[in-house]
Amino acid sequence: MNILDKERKLQVLEKNISDLGDSESVSKLVEEVEKFKKNEMTKLSSWDKVLLARHPKRPKSRDFIDYLSKDFIEFHGDRLFGDDKSIIGGIGSIDGIVFTIIAQQKGNTVEENIKRNFGMPHPEGYRKALRLMKQAEKFNRPILTLIDTPGAYPGLGAEERGQGFAIAENLKEMSRLTVPVIAVVIGEGGSGGALALGFANEVLMLENAIYSILSPEGYASIVWKDSSKAPLAAEQMKITAADLKDFDIIDEIILEPFGGAHFNPELTFEKTKKCIMDTYYHLSGLARTELQYQRNAKVRNFGFLQRFNYDNLKEVRK
Amino acid sequence: MNKIGETINKRKKLKHNIRLMNEESRVNRELDLDIPEGLYDKCPKCGKLTNMKLNIENDYICKNCGYHFRMRAIDRIKYILDEDSFVEKGIGYITLNPLYIEGYEAKINKYKKETSLDEAYIYGFGQIYGEPCIIGVMDSHFMMGSMGSVVGEKVAKTFEYAIYKKLPVIIFTASGGARMQEGIFSLMQMAKTSAAVAKHCSLGYLYVSVLTDPTTGGVTASFASLGDIILAEPNALIGFAGPRVIEQTINQKLPEGFQRSEFLMEKGFIDQVINRKDLKKTLHQILQMHRRTV
Ligand SMILES: [Zn+2]
Repeated sequence: MNILDKERKLQVLEKNISDLGDSESVSKLVEEVEKFKKNEMTKLSSWDKVLLARHPKRPKSRDFIDYLSKDFIEFHGDRLFGDDKSIIGGIGSIDGIVFTIIAQQKGNTVEENIKRNFGMPHPEGYRKALRLMKQAEKFNRPILTLIDTPGAYPGLGAEERGQGFAIAENLKEMSRLTVPVIAVVIGEGGSGGALALGFANEVLMLENAIYSILSPEGYASIVWKDSSKAPLAAEQMKITAADLKDFDIIDEIILEPFGGAHFNPELTFEKTKKCIMDTYYHLSGLARTELQYQRNAKVRNFGFLQRFNYDNLKEVRK
Repeated sequence: MNKIGETINKRKKLKHNIRLMNEESRVNRELDLDIPEGLYDKCPKCGKLTNMKLNIENDYICKNCGYHFRMRAIDRIKYILDEDSFVEKGIGYITLNPLYIEGYEAKINKYKKETSLDEAYIYGFGQIYGEPCIIGVMDSHFMMGSMGSVVGEKVAKTFEYAIYKKLPVIIFTASGGARMQEGIFSLMQMAKTSAAVAKHCSLGYLYVSVLTDPTTGGVTASFASLGDIILAEPNALIGFAGPRVIEQTINQKLPEGFQRSEFLMEKGFIDQVINRKDLKKTLHQILQMHRRTV
C-alpha cells in the first residue's frame, strides 16, 4: 500500500466518523484513525515521496509565489523566440526585500498542465530565466528560484532551438553571478532541466521533494528493462531530501506538515518563507565577489571519488 | 594499530602500487596501435566489410562511404597531436560506487581492461604542429563515455591546469550523457565543469570544443556546448535528449538527419562541420591565430 492508497483510506475513515455523528462507536473510530495516522502515514518510503512530490494537489510554484510575495509582477519572454509558460519569472518583494523570482510551473488542472507543458521547459524558458538573472545582477537583486519539473522537454522544437546549449549557458552564467542565489526544490527536481535553475549559493529542499538525475521509471527501464520496478529504483537512486542532505548536495530541509504539503499549504509556505529569509540574511553578509566564490567553491567539491597517492608510487619505484 | 596490522597494510599498499604501475605501462604499450593485416570490420553506415588497416590509414574514414569511425581516445591523441608531444595529466583517479549499485565496480573494471583507460576521459599537455595546448579527449568505448564524478573532476582539472599553464583548451567530446550509476553526483558534474569553463573563459583564454559522434545528454548541456569555437565532425549525433526518448515522447519517427552535426550547423549552433582530414590543420590555424604574446 503506497501513500496515495493510505490517503484514500484515511479519507474514507474520516468520512465514516462524520457520517456517524454523535453515536457511541465514534470515539473508538477516532482512536483507530489516530493510530492509523501515527503508524501508517508517518513512515514514508522513497517511492512514497516520489508520489507526494508529483501529487496533483501539491502546491505549485505559483501558489508559493502568491503567498511569499503580495506584489509580484510577472515578466514574459526571452526577447529571442517567445514566452515559455512552464517558467514563470518576475520581481516581487518578500518581507520587504525585492527578489527576482524564477520558477518552474506545473498546472493545477489538466488544462493548465497542457498550457504549462507539465512543467517541462523549452530552451526559450531557460533563456528567459537567464535574461532575468542578468537583470537581477545589474540591479544587485537577490535571485530566488523554485524548482518543480520532470525535466527539460525532449521534443523536436526543443532540440532545434538548442536545449543543451541553453542549459549549458545558464550554468556558465550562473557561476558568474555576484548576487545571492537561493534555490528551493519544491516538488520534482528532474535532471539537467532542474539544475539549470539550481546552481545556487544555497539549495533548500522540501521534505518530500525529490531531486534526481533521471526519473525512477527511466532508471528502472534502463537497468531492469521494466519501468514498473520504479519503486525499487527510487530506493536505490537516493533522491530524497534526507539522502541529498547526507551527501551535502543540498543545504537545508524544509519540513512538511503531516501527510505532505497539500495537507496544510499555508504552513508549508510559512516555513518555506522563513527558511528563505534566514538563508537570505545569512548570505547578504557576504560581499559580491565572496558570493560568487562561495557558489563556485561549493560546486567544485561535488563528486564522489578518490585519487591515488603518487608519493607512495615513487617509493616503490626506487 | 599493532605491528602485524601495519605490515599487512604495507603489503597491501605495495601490491596495489605494483598493479597500478603495470596498468600504466600497459597504457603506454597500447598507444602503439597494432592492427593485424587481415582484420575486417563492418562499416556501420554502408554495411560493407572493410579492411580496418586501410581505414585507419585513411584517417579512420570508411573508404567506401566516408563514414567517420568512432575513435578511441588514445588513437585520437596520436592522430591530432605531434608525435611524442603528449604528456598525460591527472592520472590515478579511482571511480567509486556512491550508491552501492550492484555490479558497478565489476563493470568499471571490465571497461578498464578493454580500453586500457582509467576512465572515459583523458587529458594532458600536447602540441599541434608546435602550438602548445591542453587537450582533453572523451572515449565512447568506456561505458558510452558517460560522465561520472571522475570524468567531471578531470574535465574541471583540465581547465584549471590550462589556467595554470596559461594555455588554450581543446576538448573532443563523445558521450552518452551523465552516468546514472553515480546518481546525483553525476548531475552535479554539469555545474562543476561549466563553472570551470567560465573561469578559464573569463581570464581570456581560448576553448575549442570538437563534438564527435555521439555527444548527448549532460555533456551537451554543459562543457561541450560552451566552447568559444565549436567544431563538429560530419554526421555526428549531437543533442540533449536521445533520439529514442524524443520518439517516445512525440510518438512519431524523427526526420532524416535530425540531431546530426549538419543539422545543428544549419540551426546556428555549430561554427563549422569539419572533415577529419582537415581537423588538425584547422585546429593549428585557430591556435596560431589566438597565440598570446605576453
Ligand atoms: Zn562505409
